[in-house]
Amino acid sequence: MSDEKYIFSAGAKKNIFIVLAVGIVLAVLGVILMNSGGHHDAHGTDHVVEAAASHGDHAVAAHDEHGAEAAGEHHGGYHWTHRLKANLWINNLFFTGLAIIGVFFICIQYVAQAGWSVGVKRIPMAMASWLPIAGVLMAVVWLLSNHELFHWTHASLYDVNSPDFDAIINDKKGYLNFGFYMGRMVLFFGVWYVLFLQIRKHMLAEDIEGGVNRWKKLVGLSAVFIVFFGYSSSIAAWDWVMSIDPHWFSTMFGWYVFASWWVSGLAFIAFVAILLKDKGYLSVVNANHLHDLGKFVWGFSIFWTYIWFSQFLLIYYANIPEETIYFVERLKSDFYSKIFFMNLVVNFVLPFLLLMTRQSKRHARILKVVCPIVLVGHWFDFYLMITPGVLKENGDFGFLEVGMMMIYASAFVYVVLHSLAKYPLVAKNHPMYNETLHHHI
Amino acid sequence: MSGNKNFVLGVYDDEDLLLKAIKDVRQSGVKIYEVFSPFPVHGIDDVLGYKGSRLSVAAFIFGLLGTTLALTMQIGMMTFDWPMIIGGKDFFPFPTFIPVTFELTVLLGAFGMCGTFFVVSNLKPWAKPRIFDLRITDDKHIVAVDLDKNSMSEEEIKKALAASGAQEVNNKSFE
Repeated sequence: MSDEKYIFSAGAKKNIFIVLAVGIVLAVLGVILMNSGGHHDAHGTDHVVEAAASHGDHAVAAHDEHGAEAAGEHHGGYHWTHRLKANLWINNLFFTGLAIIGVFFICIQYVAQAGWSVGVKRIPMAMASWLPIAGVLMAVVWLLSNHELFHWTHASLYDVNSPDFDAIINDKKGYLNFGFYMGRMVLFFGVWYVLFLQIRKHMLAEDIEGGVNRWKKLVGLSAVFIVFFGYSSSIAAWDWVMSIDPHWFSTMFGWYVFASWWVSGLAFIAFVAILLKDKGYLSVVNANHLHDLGKFVWGFSIFWTYIWFSQFLLIYYANIPEETIYFVERLKSDFYSKIFFMNLVVNFVLPFLLLMTRQSKRHARILKVVCPIVLVGHWFDFYLMITPGVLKENGDFGFLEVGMMMIYASAFVYVVLHSLAKYPLVAKNHPMYNETLHHHI
Repeated sequence: MSGNKNFVLGVYDDEDLLLKAIKDVRQSGVKIYEVFSPFPVHGIDDVLGYKGSRLSVAAFIFGLLGTTLALTMQIGMMTFDWPMIIGGKDFFPFPTFIPVTFELTVLLGAFGMCGTFFVVSNLKPWAKPRIFDLRITDDKHIVAVDLDKNSMSEEEIKKALAASGAQEVNNKSFE
């Protein structure tokens, strides 16, 4: 029985801080470039000139322009803080996803009574420690920037006497209103975190006590979490992503966001497991376990594509303007359409072909390349869900995006590794510990 | 009689012993024709030195065939043979081809893989199976050694099998 513990070395911390520092520098550089106007010359559209001219009074401009937006003309007052807030929201969503998938992964392992995953379970457990931070960030960013991110938060849309009055959004008032929305956010993060704390408590107690009592409790708790997550993940996707375009709706959207979260979470777990093995940790994990993780990443890359395509095909075929607008925004833009097709290549074609053979999943070398590709690919998936809705044709990808991604990634990885070092790396008293040692496929 | 296939069979009653025995027998230079067991034994392909099945290659090729067939059929019909406007789409509505393409890829991949497996395993309806020992469907593992494929003498092979822990060492020949 091993009493392995991960040591969060000073070297690793230094590397994370270097990434953080580079991220901050890039983000600041991005903002400076945007303000000097140089970054947007490529677009050369009238809006950019307008936006650049109205930098000083952005707040007033942003509010004034919403009437025009509601009328379907997106000449929104565009300012660098808009783009910053869109970035904050993208990263909030992506990393919240990684954290909550940590809990979800643990839960399906318990409910399925799986033995193979015992050796890697502490990685998703560490990922979930980002949850409270994710919740706070989400709430703070929402409170500070809901007007810029979410069109439906403007009071004038609900005022019959206002020229901005929007009958469609007004009909959704019972669901899309400040109190209920905030309540759902608090409820989801609250229940997720409380259930996670319970699950972690029992997992750690099992290390000391052994036996099957804790395990039985965990199976029950996991079932509760999965049922709650089934509803909450869908509703969270409507709230946090789909309501950016409040006129538009897709019944596939909850699954779509979940699929993206899930495959990124799996890729992250596999990637961390391989890196830990490279450092000499996780001796219980061998090629058979990596094979299973690889199958997960491969299979759910296809699952994501299946969901993505199911959403696309129905909208494409029915050809109803109020539905197609989502894809028109993305496909008719020279900028977004490139990312749109890149999204499919990076998240489907590459993992599908690279991880197809048995050998590529069993040998860490290919998995080590594919996992980061999938992670970055799904970050772009979230970019594509949010940016066109928030920034309209002013969206761009530059130093600010890369910098913000690096800032969030370094913070997330720091929290995960810190938590990984805090608890034993292997659940040595798990009832299926022996099974995982003999796992052979 | 000429044309006869002559085998030497080692009979084992324990799968752990079997795994060790296969390793020992192969180390002593005997080439094993086949191992028969009443249930799947984990790790047996490793000790037998099997490189892994190439069946997936067949599956890939048949799948690719399905993709090509489906796309050729649909593009041929919808774009060239009888172009029709359906739902306001143009004559090459690629996204609508994907479900059929997917289905045919899976169908031909699965059928092709099964067919290949039947052919490779000699599972045709009129095939006469070689029954080495009836007990392989009950409680015994059999290691079969083809005498013609081995340069070692029959005596040496029998000795190696017995030394590896075989309960019995038998001869078996088929016409």
